[in-house]
Amino acid sequence: MDENARPTFQRWPKKLSGRAPAFVLTFCCLFLISPLLAQDWVKTGTSLGVEKVRLAVADFKPSTGDPQNAALLKTFNDTLWNYLDVSGVVELVSKSFYPLQTPAQPTEVNFPAWNAPPPNAAMLAFGNLGVAGGQLTVQGWLYDVKNTQSPQILGKQYTDVTGDAAARVMAHKFADEIIFRLGGGIQGIAESQIYFVSDRTGHKEIWAMDYDGSNQRQITHLGSISLSPRISPDGSRVAFSALTKSGWEIMMYSLDLNRLVSFPHLGGTNLSPSWSGDGLKLAFSSSRAGAPEIYIADVSGGNLRRMTDSQGPDVSPAWNRKTNAQIAFVSGRTGLPQIYTMEADGTNQQRMTDQGYAVSPNWSPNGQFLALSWVRKYGPGEPGSSDIYLMDIASKQWVQLTHDGGHNDFPSWSPDDRHIVFQSNRSGSPEIWSMLADGTKVQQLTFSGRNTQPNWSWK
Amino acid sequence: MKWMFLALSLAALLAVGACKKKVAPPPPPPPPPPPPAAPTASISVSPASIQAGQSASLTWQTSNATDVSIDGIGAVQANGSQTVSPNDSTTYHLTAKGAGGTQEATARLTVTQPPPPPPPPPTVTDEDLFNQNIKDVYFDYDKSDIRADQQGSVQADVQFLGQHANINFTIEGHCDERGSTEYNLALGDKRASAVKNALTAAGVNASRIKTISYGKEKPFCTESNEACWQQNRRGHLVYQK
Repeated sequence: MDENARPTFQRWPKKLSGRAPAFVLTFCCLFLISPLLAQDWVKTGTSLGVEKVRLAVADFKPSTGDPQNAALLKTFNDTLWNYLDVSGVVELVSKSFYPLQTPAQPTEVNFPAWNAPPPNAAMLAFGNLGVAGGQLTVQGWLYDVKNTQSPQILGKQYTDVTGDAAARVMAHKFADEIIFRLGGGIQGIAESQIYFVSDRTGHKEIWAMDYDGSNQRQITHLGSISLSPRISPDGSRVAFSALTKSGWEIMMYSLDLNRLVSFPHLGGTNLSPSWSGDGLKLAFSSSRAGAPEIYIADVSGGNLRRMTDSQGPDVSPAWNRKTNAQIAFVSGRTGLPQIYTMEADGTNQQRMTDQGYAVSPNWSPNGQFLALSWVRKYGPGEPGSSDIYLMDIASKQWVQLTHDGGHNDFPSWSPDDRHIVFQSNRSGSPEIWSMLADGTKVQQLTFSGRNTQPNWSWK
Repeated sequence: MKWMFLALSLAALLAVGACKKKVAPPPPPPPPPPPPAAPTASISVSPASIQAGQSASLTWQTSNATDVSIDGIGAVQANGSQTVSPNDSTTYHLTAKGAGGTQEATARLTVTQPPPPPPPPPTVTDEDLFNQNIKDVYFDYDKSDIRADQQGSVQADVQFLGQHANINFTIEGHCDERGSTEYNLALGDKRASAVKNALTAAGVNASRIKTISYGKEKPFCTESNEACWQQNRRGHLVYQK
C-alpha cells in the first residue's frame, strides 16, 4: 500500500462517521423526518448527504492468446461490474464516457483521459486475464487517478485452475477488495448464499443459489411441501418446516452430510424456525399444546420452552442475531397480524406495528432494524399492496422500501447489513428479488417456477 | 400276308387250348376260417352339456371286445353306464379291443361355468354417507371463530357423527391466498382446532379427530375474488379410512 494513497481511501470512513455503513447514517436522518415519509414516498438513497466515489471499471483485457480467454473475460467483466454496481458503495462511471484506449497494465494508464470530464473518475479499476497451461491468471489494479504521483491503491494477482467458476470467484475477490477499501471496511457478500423455496420440480422444495441468482441448485427432495428455510449462522445446516405424515414438523438438513439429520417430531403444527445468533437455539411456532405459540428449543430439539400464550396465532419468530436477547414475531392476538418483540425469555412483549397487516420480520445483522412485510392501509377500498418496510427498533420509526406494486414478502438481510432479498410477484409470478437496503438497485434473481421465502446466509 | 397272319394266330390258339385240356385239375384248397368279427363300440353322454357341479350319464355299448376302457375312468364292462360330474369339459374316449381289432368312440361333455352370483345389492358405505352428510365450516377473513351462520353445519355434523360413532376423520384448516404463507398456516391450524373444539364440545370424542393445517397450500379454488376466497377459508372434514 502506498503512503500517498492512504489519505485518499481513508477519507471515506471519516465521512461515514466511523464504521457505520452509509445507509445507516442515511436512515438515521430519514427517521427524523419520517412523519413526512409516512405521507409521501420520498426517494431515499445512500447518495443522500454522502457523495459516492466515482469508479470507472475498464473491461479487463486478454494477457495470452488462449481461445478460452474471450468467454472467461465476459464472465469476469460482467461479474465484476454487476457486483460493484449492486454494492451501492461506489458510483460506476458509465462505459460510454471511457476513452477508446483502456489500460491492461499500469504503464498504459492515461491519467488525463480518466480524471477529467467526461469520465471524471476518482478511481479506476483495470487489469488483464489470461489462460496458460490450464491456469487462469488475473491481474487487477485499483488506481486513484487524481493522484498521478502515486496512484496505486490496490494491486492483486489471482491464479487458479481455469474455468468459468474460477473467473467468477476472482471477480468477486477483486471486487470485495475494492468495496472494502472504498466502503470503509465493508465486508463483501460474494460468497454468501440465498436459500429459498421453489416449486419448479412440481413440489415445493428447498433450493440454494449464489447472492446474484447464479448457481441455483436443489437441496431437499422430499416430494412433499417444504417451507421457510433458515440457514444456520455457520452455514452448515438448514432448518425448515415440512409437511410429514404426522403433520408440519421442523426439519434439519445438513449441508455437510447432504442429508436430513434428526430433529424430534413435536406434534401439532410446527412452523417458521429461526436460529439464535450463537447457533445454539431455534425459535419456532408450534401448536403442540393447542394454539400456535412461539417456542424455543436447543438445536437438538431438547429443552423445549413455550414463550408466548395468546389467543391469536403466534408465528414467524426472528432472533436479534446481534444480541441474542430479543425475538421479534408475528401475532394475531388483536386481529390482523402485527409485529411484536419480546425478550428471549418471553417477557416484555411489545407491539411494534400500529395498523394494517404486518408479517415476516427479519432482524438486521447489526441489530438495529427490522425488515418486514406490511400492508399498511388494509381494508375495503384500500390499495392493499404488500410492501417491504424497515423499522428502527428503538424508535419504531419506519420507512417504505418497495413501491412497485405487487405482493412483496419475506425480506431477509444480507450479511453486510446493506442488501435485502425478498419475494415479489411484480413480474407476474412469485420470484426472488434483491435490492439495496435503501430500496434501490432492485434485481430479479429467479425466473423459473414459483420461488418464495428467501433467506440470506450469515456470511 | 394278312390272311396268313390270321391263320397262324388261329392255329396257335388251337394248340394252346388243346394242351390245357390235357392237365388233371388239383383238389380245391380248404376254405379259410371266417375272420373274427370286428368289435363295435359306441358311447354317448346325456345330457351333452351341464353346468359345473351337475352330473351327466355316460352310456356305452361294445360288442366283440375283450378289453374295454375309457380314458380317465379305466377298464369298464362291455356295456354300462356311469354318472360323471367333471368340473371342466371332458371328452370320454372309449377303446374296445377284441380279436377283430380295435374300435374307438368318443363322447364330448361340455361343462359350462355357472354364472357369477349376482352382485349383492349396492350398499352405501360409511365414506359415502360421510361425504353426503358432513358439512364443511366456513370462516371470515383472518378469523378462526365459528360464525353464527355456520352453527347449523356444526350441528348437522355432530348429529351425523353421533349416529356413526365408528367413523374417524381429519379436519383440514384452509385459508385464502391473500395472507402470508407462515401466518396462514398458523391461522389454518386455529381454524381446524376451532372446528374440532366445537365438535368435541357437542360430544364428539376427540380421539376420532385429527387436525392438519394447509394454510394456502392446497386451495379449492384459484381465482382472485371473494367468492373463491370464501371457498378457501374453511374447515374441511375428510373421512379417515
